[in-house]
Amino acid sequence: MAEPLNRDAAAIAERAGQLADEAQRLAAEAAVLAHRAAQSDGPATDPLLFGLTVFALACFVGYYVVWKVTPALHAPLMSVANAISGVVVLGAMIAAGPAIFGISKILGFAAVVLASVNIFGGFIITQRMLQMFRKKGG
Amino acid sequence: MEASIASFAYLVAAVCFILGIRGLASPETARRGNRIAIAGMAIAIGATLLRPQIATFELVLGGIVIGGAIGTLIALRVKITDLPQLVAIFNSLVGLAAVLIAAAALESPSLYGIPLNDGLATHSLVEIMASTAIGAVTFTGSVVAFAKLQGLMRSPPILFTGQRAVNAFVGLIVLMAALAFAGWGTDGLFWALALAALIWGVLVVIPIGGADMPVVISVLNSASGWASCGIGFTLDNPLMIITGALVGASGAILSYIMCKGMNRSLVHVLLGGFGGETEGPAGDAADRGPVKAGNADDAAFMLRNAGSVVVVPGYGMAVAHAQHALREMVDLLEEEGVRVRFAIHPVAGRMPGHMNVLLAEADVPYDKVVEMETVNRDFPSTDIAFVIGANDITNPSARTDPSSPIYGMPVLEVDRARMVMFVKRSMASGYAGVDNPLFFKENTMMLFGDAKAMCEGVIRSLE
Repeated sequence: MAEPLNRDAAAIAERAGQLADEAQRLAAEAAVLAHRAAQSDGPATDPLLFGLTVFALACFVGYYVVWKVTPALHAPLMSVANAISGVVVLGAMIAAGPAIFGISKILGFAAVVLASVNIFGGFIITQRMLQMFRKKGG
Repeated sequence: MEASIASFAYLVAAVCFILGIRGLASPETARRGNRIAIAGMAIAIGATLLRPQIATFELVLGGIVIGGAIGTLIALRVKITDLPQLVAIFNSLVGLAAVLIAAAALESPSLYGIPLNDGLATHSLVEIMASTAIGAVTFTGSVVAFAKLQGLMRSPPILFTGQRAVNAFVGLIVLMAALAFAGWGTDGLFWALALAALIWGVLVVIPIGGADMPVVISVLNSASGWASCGIGFTLDNPLMIITGALVGASGAILSYIMCKGMNRSLVHVLLGGFGGETEGPAGDAADRGPVKAGNADDAAFMLRNAGSVVVVPGYGMAVAHAQHALREMVDLLEEEGVRVRFAIHPVAGRMPGHMNVLLAEADVPYDKVVEMETVNRDFPSTDIAFVIGANDITNPSARTDPSSPIYGMPVLEVDRARMVMFVKRSMASGYAGVDNPLFFKENTMMLFGDAKAMCEGVIRSLE
């Protein structure tokens, strides 16, 4: 008597788990839809056009800021560039984060690891290098 | 609400990154700049952890901890002389991460809020295509650059017949796969594109010689930036777009400076095949007249009696790990009242700023290190130019001989000094495979031997 009951309970629990996953997925989709709906209010900003605007301005900022870097610090410039390009970790985290397990979660996890190596390694080696640049008697 | 908090955090992070690079304008502000950039990254990661898409934290935090531990360990252990390899391998990781994220975006677009109407929109496919292609080339290209710098692979150009045809053919396949993927967007085409780009990355870098690595590393650094930029477009993330553009611009400017330092075009460098690092004297060196060789004692005597000395370091100093012995030697000379400065050519070494970092490691104050333009004015009033492990960057043929392969390259005009000392292992020509007429000049003294051993010899003699 107890055994079939246990079996039923297990089946129900499993079904409930599936439903919860389903609900979570739907919630995530709803959030995405809501986000897009919110964006479509107000002045229309095409995300692609917005991205291109940001990109063009950032290229100019990069151009002027990088030319100001002293040639003596070109090596730290490269390593700090390594570190901040680890910012792709943000995209990787979102792939690794959802409750449903899938291929994208594995891909995301691998990318989180790689990008984190860059972030930590890049910033630490930059700091190590910069510690060595001293003035006379400094 | 959460979305706007995250967007604001990303804006703050972007400003922090810009300030971080801005700090590098001077060694005095650089350390603070780096700390600001670290804070920016922490803010960006923290804000992302709060986003609703991240429902479970095991893999996210686990990944950060594992990657962070590996990165920390590498960065603390690595020798400063191995820096160029380290930058190369870090570039490769960003490239691979970009490919993986592009694959994840293709697999589950809804995660990132990428609009789906009957498949992905063409602009999303183009963005995924661009970041995948650039990321894959960056990955394998950087791995090859790493292998060459680490000595795992022959550093001189690896050439075979029909190489350019093969490279062009594979490049064409990459292009066709890219266009096909942008049109149909199937998983199969995605992986075909990634594979072709991975192979092309290897093919492009193997024919490029060791001394052109400053350019290669800069270009790959730039590419890793553009790949992150592409990912930023796919995911509609302005912070990634801004950061990618900063990194891309930085790498592009460094590539430009390095190419200018060699008076060669980027295309010429990237086509490869330049410089065989030949052993033995190039051409008919024997006819060029006698060479005056000296030993450490001769050098010590002359250096101690000089009024001013300019030290010109090159890659040979890095190979011999001679920077510490060199600094000790310079300290002793300064105690004797000699004025010593260091002159650095933009392409000396294997990465931009390589020599500056090595000298800084040996505790040479940065205000004693001068750039090429400044020091070239001072050579006529310099007693001794002490060239250690450098060759082509001092070759006067670049100014005087239009038939020389390095004609037009800006050089350190050490021949204008009253005397030149060359610390070199042998009479071998430099990377460009050209003779240096300075070796045969009246007022040149060749100091044959290992750079470190020679400095130690001079130190013993000075004491």
